[in-house]
Amino acid sequence: MSASLLTSSVFLAQILLAMACATFRLLRGPRAQDRVLGLDTLYVNATMLLLTFGIRTGSTLYFEAALVIALLGFVTTAALAKFLMRGEVIE
Amino acid sequence: MTDAADLPAWAALSTAILLLLGAGLALIGSLGLLRLGSFYERIHAPTLGTTMGISCMLLASMLFFSVLQTRLVLHELLIAVLMVVTTPVTLMLLARAALYRDRSEGCDEVPPPPPPLSSTPDLHCGSPRTPMSAREAAINDKHAPT
Repeated sequence: MSASLLTSSVFLAQILLAMACATFRLLRGPRAQDRVLGLDTLYVNATMLLLTFGIRTGSTLYFEAALVIALLGFVTTAALAKFLMRGEVIE
Repeated sequence: MTDAADLPAWAALSTAILLLLGAGLALIGSLGLLRLGSFYERIHAPTLGTTMGISCMLLASMLFFSVLQTRLVLHELLIAVLMVVTTPVTLMLLARAALYRDRSEGCDEVPPPPPPLSSTPDLHCGSPRTPMSAREAAINDKHAPT
């Protein structure tokens, strides 16, 4: 039991470290497109974090949250890229 | 944690290996996002996590829940299809937006825009020669101060 707790905390630590890298790029990005790329990476890492939580607790409830976060990440990045390209999202 | 204890050893081991691979790929991709030099190098790095990393995670989740519930659990394929469809679209949009911004600011590190369609004059039926040359002149003016 303690061994499985240890290994799952290793996965969680790796994904949290990846999220920290993406957050650093989100805060310190030299330009706006770097920040958008950091936000996209943060969304993907959050999806993976929720999947790992779901495997750890053995419940499929986390899957729905992961799906919603993946969908929101796509919409957010597409809208921000459109905003950077054209200056407005819906024209 | 209570359910994961009565998993057979082979399933637990392969789930752990797949999870380790996925988390490691996400970490490598995010480190590349942190460390690489320019934006066009950085945009390649997180795709490690968005393709192979998340597919390893989804395979681990499918294997775990299929063994745990002793039936085929495949709803993780929804996230897989979503990622496969949306990742190229978003990154292509973002790269085009960055290229447009760099070009409109006259940055030297990006290639110049492709020439307008003056090499195929038969596509335009005679009249738009002068608007085309005006457009070329405008583009050249925009690039002159670099």
